[in-house]
This record gives sequence, structure tokens and C-alpha cells, in this order.
Amino acid sequence: MSFQQRLEKKEFTITAEIGPPKGTDVSEMLKNAQRLKGRVHAVNVTDNQSAVMRLSSLASCHMLVEMGIEPIFQITCRDRNRLALQSDLLSAHALGIRNVLTLTGDHTQVGDHPQAKPVFDVDSTHLLQIIQKLNEGRDLSTQFMNKKLSDGTVLKGKTQLFPGAVVCPEANPLKPQLLRFSKKVTAGAKFFQTQAVYDYEKFKEFMKKARELNTKVLAGILLLRSPGMAKYLNKNVPGITVPDVLIKEMESSSQPLKAGVKIAARQIKQMQEICDGVHIMAIGLEDKVLDILDEAGM
Amino acid sequence: MIISQQKPFEEILGIIGEKNKVFIIGCGLCATHCQSGGEEQVLEMKGRLLREGKDVTGHVVIEAVCHILNSKKEFRAKKAELKNTEVILVMACGAGVQTVSELQKIQVVGALDTLFLGNVKRFGQFEERCSLCGECLLNKTGGICPVTTCSKGLLNGPCGGMSDGKCEVDPERDCGWVKIYERLEQLGQLEDLEEIFAPKDFSKGTKPAALVVERQEVKK
Repeated sequence: MSFQQRLEKKEFTITAEIGPPKGTDVSEMLKNAQRLKGRVHAVNVTDNQSAVMRLSSLASCHMLVEMGIEPIFQITCRDRNRLALQSDLLSAHALGIRNVLTLTGDHTQVGDHPQAKPVFDVDSTHLLQIIQKLNEGRDLSTQFMNKKLSDGTVLKGKTQLFPGAVVCPEANPLKPQLLRFSKKVTAGAKFFQTQAVYDYEKFKEFMKKARELNTKVLAGILLLRSPGMAKYLNKNVPGITVPDVLIKEMESSSQPLKAGVKIAARQIKQMQEICDGVHIMAIGLEDKVLDILDEAGM
Repeated sequence: MIISQQKPFEEILGIIGEKNKVFIIGCGLCATHCQSGGEEQVLEMKGRLLREGKDVTGHVVIEAVCHILNSKKEFRAKKAELKNTEVILVMACGAGVQTVSELQKIQVVGALDTLFLGNVKRFGQFEERCSLCGECLLNKTGGICPVTTCSKGLLNGPCGGMSDGKCEVDPERDCGWVKIYERLEQLGQLEDLEEIFAPKDFSKGTKPAALVVERQEVKK
């Protein structure tokens, strides 16, 4: 069953993510991907994550397809204008990629090439509209003629992409983020993968809104490695708040990473009751994803 | 107003190089307000050049150097000094520098970096609010420009980088989209934001831009 079919059949769906290397040696990335094979339902591949230049998400996704792993192609608006975005989406389809996660992308200034020109020709909401158009067999080419998303040129072969987007359920303030969330649903997002969620009660509230909009949500589960990492996230990462009680739980453990795995597993079990799946992020510790899944009995 | 800032003096000196006879032009409008190319800065520049052993053949602060016709008249009055000049140092914005390079057959050196179209917050404090994008969205966004106040120029709400109402690029900077949301909420006009704003039409900002306004239209 494909990622899309699982979500449509309301099966609890698990995804994880891998990051392409900075360089051409893909062996470690592929090893991580191989580990995840059969344990998660799809694997996200990040796109120049944190605005740090790496091997492309598109090429990596294609390698996963060849390995028999279903990829989720992450694509940001930071590095491509609307021509390049459409071209890469057509390429993704031709390479057997079906799932696409649309993102605005972190600003170039927070990455490793801060002097680069940030593109942001369109935003992630537009990118979802673009996928809708390509799936209908037309491109964006007559956009300029009448100021609206108009008919475009008929494509020689249309795409069959399954578009998703991201949302930040713990953003502060939340209301402007919810506005963007509902726009993304209108623009055709069929699934959402969220920023890391730690506040279960807040997330339950968010899910009420998501249920009203009738969209699928995979809750972001970010593995905590140490109390220090939790504190770092609280201080430096927008939209993430690790509650004190979790930090204390890790501090009182002699093996904080093990405690982190337990916390993540517990979160996954909680999420089974309120949303459609989880997206596990174990940045740099991809092998721990399996421990988390074992612990959660998945 | 066009916000500008003086380049480091050493850099200016380096570009003037071996040439000796320098004529200085300042601007009475924006560069005066920015204290980058007004009367005071022109005289200061003159003093510094003299101390470096340069021969300053003359100076003038033109009301608005970007006004090509006016500048042409001013140059006529300074014909003798300019004839004896090797380098014209222009303490005006990039538009002003190019007025001079269009009108004079002498090497032109720009002394300023032109930064942005700015609002004056208080004396000496400027902020960018408008990007001159060619297609104004302010009527739909509560009079706050997302193209400029959002560091990504997003059109459909804040990105995931917003934190406590601040921008991911600079934690001191307000998130433009939170500002827009709050203002429209206060005005009871949040429905203005429900529409998905179409991708921006960048053909309207193609460079170099030009506009001819018919005289009759001006009279009306």
C-alpha cells in the first residue's frame, strides 16, 4: 500500500527523514535509508535543509525509488523560481517520485551561503497550487495574462503528485499560522507533516481545527538526545517548546538518549489516538528511529 | 526618501587613484537628509581630499541631482571649474551618479552606497517599508507591505520561521505577517486575508523601468 493509500484508508502512517550529504558520497545516506526500509511507510528527503547546500533532494529521492523505498520529495521555494520548480516537479514525476512536501524554505541568511540571492518567487501556498495545475495537465505559463491562476499550457503528459505541506502547531502567535494552514488546504495540500510537537494538549486543540479542514496530519516527533538539546531547541528553534517535565525526565535518567527514545515512543502512542500518523526526526541518529519504533511496538 | 551611506574614505581615495583635480557634487535632497552628501559632508570631503594632497577644483550642492535637466543647468554655471577637472566625485544616490555620468565626459566616482527607499523614523533613523515592486498590495494587507516587511516577501501568511512574533532572519525584527494579521484583526477585516494572493507579477518590476506621464494628465 502506498503512502497516499494508507492515509486515504485511515491507516496510521509513519514517516522518517534523511538528509543528503554535503558532497557526492551517498553511502551513509543510503545506509540510513536501507535501515528504514520496511519499518516506515515513506522517507522524506530534505532539500538544502537549514539553507545549507547539499546534494539534491530530487536525485536522492530517485535513489530511494530504485531501492524500493517510497520517498517524500521535499522542495523549497528558496532556491528556484517558478520555472525551475515546475521543471523539477515534472522531473520528479518522471523519476517515479509521487509524494511532494512543499516548503517555503529557511532564509539564505541563516544558512552557509548567506550572500546568495534568496528566490522566493512563489511561496509554499503557490507551490501547492502549481502541483494542482501540473496534476491537471497544465502549467502556470499564462499566469501573467489575467492575474489569476489561469489555464496554462497543456502538458505532454501530466503529473500524478501527492502534495503535502508543513504546519507549526505550536507557533506563537498561532492564529496567523492557522490562517496559512487553511490556505494550504485550499491550495490542495492533502497531508501535513508538522514541526516537532511536545505539548499534547495544545496539539489536541490544533487537531480540532485540522479535522474541520478535513486534512491528514502526521505529528512531528523529534528525538531528544539530551537535556541540553531540549534547552537548545527551546532557545533557538522557532515553534518548538519542550516542556520542563520532559527535560527533568531526561535529567534524572542515567542514559538521557534512552530516555529520549522512550519519550518519543510514548508520544507516538499518544498520537495514534488523535492524528493520522507521525513523522520521526532523529537528525544524525537515524538508526535510533528503529529503537523508537521498537519501543512503541510499531 | 532614498537612503544612502558614505563609502569608506580609503575606498573612494583608491578609486580616484593618481588623478588629482577633483570636483565634488552633493545633493540637496535625500543625501542631505541622510547626512551622506549634503553641504556639510561635501565640505568635510573637500577638507579630507585637500589633506590628501588633492586639488579640489570646486564643489556644488545641487537641489536634486537625479533631476537631469536641472543638473544640466547647474553644470553650465560651473563650466570653467569642470573644464579643469579630472574626476567628479558625486555624493548622491546611484540615480544622481548616473545623471552626472550622462552629462559629463569626465570620470565619475560615486562616494555613496545607495541602500533603500526609506521612511524617516526620527533624525538619522531610517526604515524600509516599500520595495518599489511595481504592483502595490497594501490595500489588501492592512496598509503594511508583505513584500518588504516579510524578509522572504511571502504573500500568504507567516512562515514557520516566525517565533514570538519575530523573524527567523533577525530576532530583533518583527514578523511582517504577524503585524498584518494583528492590524486586520484590530480593524475587523480579517476576511481580507482569506483570499490566496496569486504569485507576484515580476514582469511589472522589469528593469530598467520607465514611465512617461502625459502633460495633460498631470494638469488634471
